[in-house]
Amino acid sequence: MKTAVIVFPGSNCDRDVQVALRQSMGTEPLMVWHGDASVPDVDLIVVPGGFSYGDYLRSGAMAAQSPVMRDIVAKANRGVPVLGICNGFQVLTECGLLPGVLMRNANLKFVCKDVYLRTEATDTPFTSGYEQDQVIRIPVAHHDGNYFADDDTLKRLRDENRIAFRYVNADGQTGNEGRNGANPNGSLDDIAGVMNEGRTVLGLMPHPERLSDPTLGGNDGRPMFDGLVAALG
Amino acid sequence: MKAKVHVTLKQGVLDPQGKAVQHALAALGFDGVNDVRQGKFIELELTETDPKKAETEVEAMCQKLLANMVIEDYRVDILEG
Repeated sequence: MKTAVIVFPGSNCDRDVQVALRQSMGTEPLMVWHGDASVPDVDLIVVPGGFSYGDYLRSGAMAAQSPVMRDIVAKANRGVPVLGICNGFQVLTECGLLPGVLMRNANLKFVCKDVYLRTEATDTPFTSGYEQDQVIRIPVAHHDGNYFADDDTLKRLRDENRIAFRYVNADGQTGNEGRNGANPNGSLDDIAGVMNEGRTVLGLMPHPERLSDPTLGGNDGRPMFDGLVAALG
Repeated sequence: MKAKVHVTLKQGVLDPQGKAVQHALAALGFDGVNDVRQGKFIELELTETDPKKAETEVEAMCQKLLANMVIEDYRVDILEG
């Protein structure tokens, strides 16, 4: 299996993803600079977390216009799987591969903590390593994770089962917004991650790569990468 | 020719920053503020000399980059001279 991790000025989770992918694949991912005109042919492209271009204008807005993203959009439209984590999710919404937008957190604060997610769909290469409704613990670290989409888009996402993960409590229940609530950012319908129509593009705010090794304090992120290797390898 | 662009959140989209500013103003004793909406102001220096063409061009810029049309509206003012 071949993978590519895109590196923008300001990316800071590119090497964490590199380590997680290497661990699951047993081979080395390609690190591709944002100024490159194209991405080599790979089985999976990862747009990592960070603060690409200093979050100028809007989070992800500048990165969405970078040369390499044009090729990624073209490849994604041909069905090449693309995973966007945190800032990567913001980039994927800004370039139109995923619907909606990630607004400033409802409490206006940068939130950095472990949260619980419920796996809402397992029929995708990104989530096949989890059980339906499985609750996993994954860290978030963002200022703009408040997912928003218009009513029609939200209805489509629900009807087509394109919400991959929702924020929940440890017991798997949604709701209870606020300081100690399950939803850390005010996200619409407790959405933590959504997919495109073809289920080949996933964006999520939480960082599975940050809990993919027991020495980091948890392993709940690893099934995402193991599942990708099993599905695409 | 100059263009002034205002980007604001669409009506109906919650603006938590505007709300926080409103509360801060109230705390300072400015209690006559019913609502605050925060946005961005972008000033462009253009080579185009035809105001109509300039406006079309800047609107395209807004739709492609300067505003996120899912949640934001924009207003373009062209200043001649």
